[in-house]
Amino acid sequence: MEAYIKGIGIISPQKTFDTKDFLSDVVEYDTNSLRCIEPSYRDYLNPTLARRMGRIIKMGIAASSVCFKDSGIAMPDAIMTGTALGCLEDTEKFLLAIIENDEQFLTPTSFVQSTHNTVSAQIALQLKCMNYNFTYVHKGFSFESSVLDGLMTIAEGNGKNILVGGHDEMTDKYYRVCDRVNYWKKETTPTMELIKSKTEGSIAGEGAAFFMLSADKSEKDYAKLRSIKFIYKPESQKEIETRLNEMLAEKGLKPADIDVVVYGNNGDTRYDGVYDQLRDSFFSNSTSAYFKHLCGEYQTSGSFAMWVAANILKTQSVPPSILIGDKKHSQIKNVLIYNGFMGTDHAAFLLSQC
Amino acid sequence: MEELINKLKGEIIEQLNLEDVKKEDIDNDAPLFGEGLGLDSIDALELIVLLEKNYGIKVANPADGKKIFQSIRTMAQYIQDNKK
Amino acid sequence: MGKKVYVTGLGIISAIGNNVAETLDSFNSIRSGIGKLEHIASRHQTEIPVAEVKASNEELTAMAGFPKEYKNTRTALLGIIAAKEAVKDAGITDIRELRTGIISATSVGGMGMTENLWMDYLNTEKSGDWLRYIESHECGDSTEAIADSIGVKDYLSTISTACSSSANSIMLGARMIKLGLIDRVIAGGTDSLSKFTINGFSTLMILDKENCKPFDAQRKGLNLGEGAGFIVLESEEAAKGKKIYCELSGYGNSNDAYHQTASSPDGAGAYLAMEKAFSVSGLKPSDISYINAHGTGTEINDLSEGTALDRMFEKKVPMISSTKAFTGHTLGACGGIEAVFSALAIKNNMVFPSLNHVHQMPELSFTPEKELRKDQKIDHVLSNSFGFGGNTSALIFSKKN
Repeated sequence: MEAYIKGIGIISPQKTFDTKDFLSDVVEYDTNSLRCIEPSYRDYLNPTLARRMGRIIKMGIAASSVCFKDSGIAMPDAIMTGTALGCLEDTEKFLLAIIENDEQFLTPTSFVQSTHNTVSAQIALQLKCMNYNFTYVHKGFSFESSVLDGLMTIAEGNGKNILVGGHDEMTDKYYRVCDRVNYWKKETTPTMELIKSKTEGSIAGEGAAFFMLSADKSEKDYAKLRSIKFIYKPESQKEIETRLNEMLAEKGLKPADIDVVVYGNNGDTRYDGVYDQLRDSFFSNSTSAYFKHLCGEYQTSGSFAMWVAANILKTQSVPPSILIGDKKHSQIKNVLIYNGFMGTDHAAFLLSQC
Repeated sequence: MEELINKLKGEIIEQLNLEDVKKEDIDNDAPLFGEGLGLDSIDALELIVLLEKNYGIKVANPADGKKIFQSIRTMAQYIQDNKK
Repeated sequence: MGKKVYVTGLGIISAIGNNVAETLDSFNSIRSGIGKLEHIASRHQTEIPVAEVKASNEELTAMAGFPKEYKNTRTALLGIIAAKEAVKDAGITDIRELRTGIISATSVGGMGMTENLWMDYLNTEKSGDWLRYIESHECGDSTEAIADSIGVKDYLSTISTACSSSANSIMLGARMIKLGLIDRVIAGGTDSLSKFTINGFSTLMILDKENCKPFDAQRKGLNLGEGAGFIVLESEEAAKGKKIYCELSGYGNSNDAYHQTASSPDGAGAYLAMEKAFSVSGLKPSDISYINAHGTGTEINDLSEGTALDRMFEKKVPMISSTKAFTGHTLGACGGIEAVFSALAIKNNMVFPSLNHVHQMPELSFTPEKELRKDQKIDHVLSNSFGFGGNTSALIFSKKN
């Protein structure tokens, strides 16, 4: 089960949209809730369609449009996306209308758009794509499930070019709600200070990233996606290492063969220990990178990480803004992402040079 | 009637989030659905709520919307005939 | 890909029963679950009929095998009850003995709790143990509660494609087994009623104020329901020597790509989903003994689905019914619930009746079965599930050779 990453489209709190630049000009924030740098949607959506769409739907359509263009694939053989929270803005809008108007004078638009599969459905509707269309909504496994399904579909021979993606939006209210269960830091944390902060909590993020997974190798590929594994509620560091060893062994690799590891450190002392231990022992020979200071913590942040890993392989470089410690590689052949959301849903992705 | 039509145009633009449309762009007799403003079945449901909320008129059967919302003028006429 | 996937366990809870035995009893006595909303304080309580599970959250907690102190959403509790029944029915005693996954589905997850607590969540002056429900809002949280209650750890996922969600979770489970990624999967879905969905469907003006009448010319809409349905899918090797209900022989998903909520008049997406399911199973339409239709009772669904069926079966549609007039439309759970019905139809050679059908739809060639039949040889069942966003899915269950 392997595939080539043929194209990418991504909207994030960094300048990632409509550019090939790889983090040479990082946007630094002084807030605990990072929001996306959004493009003008007029180039991607006609206003009649856009008028009803919430922010995440527009982001999803614009990011996937760039992915189609980047990959040169106009019609995917399947579409699968991951989103933990769905269309949060519309969900809140309808919820608040129910509460404020005591279940009266409600209109359907925000309800219809709130459905979790609206983004994948709208992409299909725009393309008139009648192929397989799935939406995964499993917290920190949402994007990862879409990637696994993409690899499965290719392995089954049911498609050659598969659109996979992850998208989640944050709202002011939901930020405050999650703050009540101590998701976020109490003190404002500047971007480049996140993993030095030594306090509980992270910073909130969001994003929409799409990838064209292809069965066929081509000149334009970013990287080869070779494996993805899920580790649910790991009981010990040993369990994580055992699972990673199995994953690498399936591809004939050892930990020392991984040139760069991209870690999901989110600056929260409750969860960063897992990554730090892997870095200090299991992957002690690999270059270490991190990414959540640039996009924030969110359930589908694995999609931002996959953009990072693909670009590390394509550009053969690890930008200083994401580097932890020293460079230990010469050539970059294999990159592993190890990422988790709030300690429960861990996932590992293996990508290699084409 | 003209006053009602003018008021209605503003309400429709707001309710349906027609950002790019100005009141003067809406022809009193042009079809609201399909060709004209390009509205669809979800918009029809939005307009039914508009009638209830702003004019106290309840439309029980969504199929009736087809007649009522033929144009701004037919909609205004319906409001005039049914307003309590 | 020639491998087979077998159904070895069933679990269900809905308005017509808290387990498989009670469900069969309701079918045998033709007892619909549709009635007055009891467990949610809503201004629509007397005006919009629903198919509610006949138990409070406290009662469900006890049924799920937890002490009073255990707090979870209704969606999670319903899922735990059905998944536990399915695991027990499959005779699984050591869940970690084989690579086991859970794939659940839900449309609104923990919304039933969020909608009551939202304003309190935002009020930092209020505090209490109810703050734990914040994390139960996400759809995946109910799946993790189910996984933890039965000890599944190897693979977890949750699908939300509106009303086809749990047909899709069953499809994914079968595909993973065929690819050898896993040995067995507990697949299905769970959804509880909420003000959010009741009001949402109400704004679309597709809720019948009386009991729904699927495929009737004078149908007025659907009734919402709640519940959970899970089936245990096992590989040929894992199922060896076990009680087997049937084989999951075919599956297909497609997108209508017509409108965000409405199905296309010709049911193009539905047709494609069925076509794919037939292609996977190697069966022809004439092999099907019974169709458990999506049949929600809305004007648009029943016409669209019926038109696609007439085209697929060349107007020779076999015995068909919609069970929605028993269970209501359980949204993210209906594919799982109707998968349980499909397996029961094959095991017991029975066909469930379509209630409240009086007037033939002039557009269609077929009439749904109106009586409970227990004298039929049921070899292959087609189960359809369609959702918002044009999502269309079809599953085929077959008697084991």
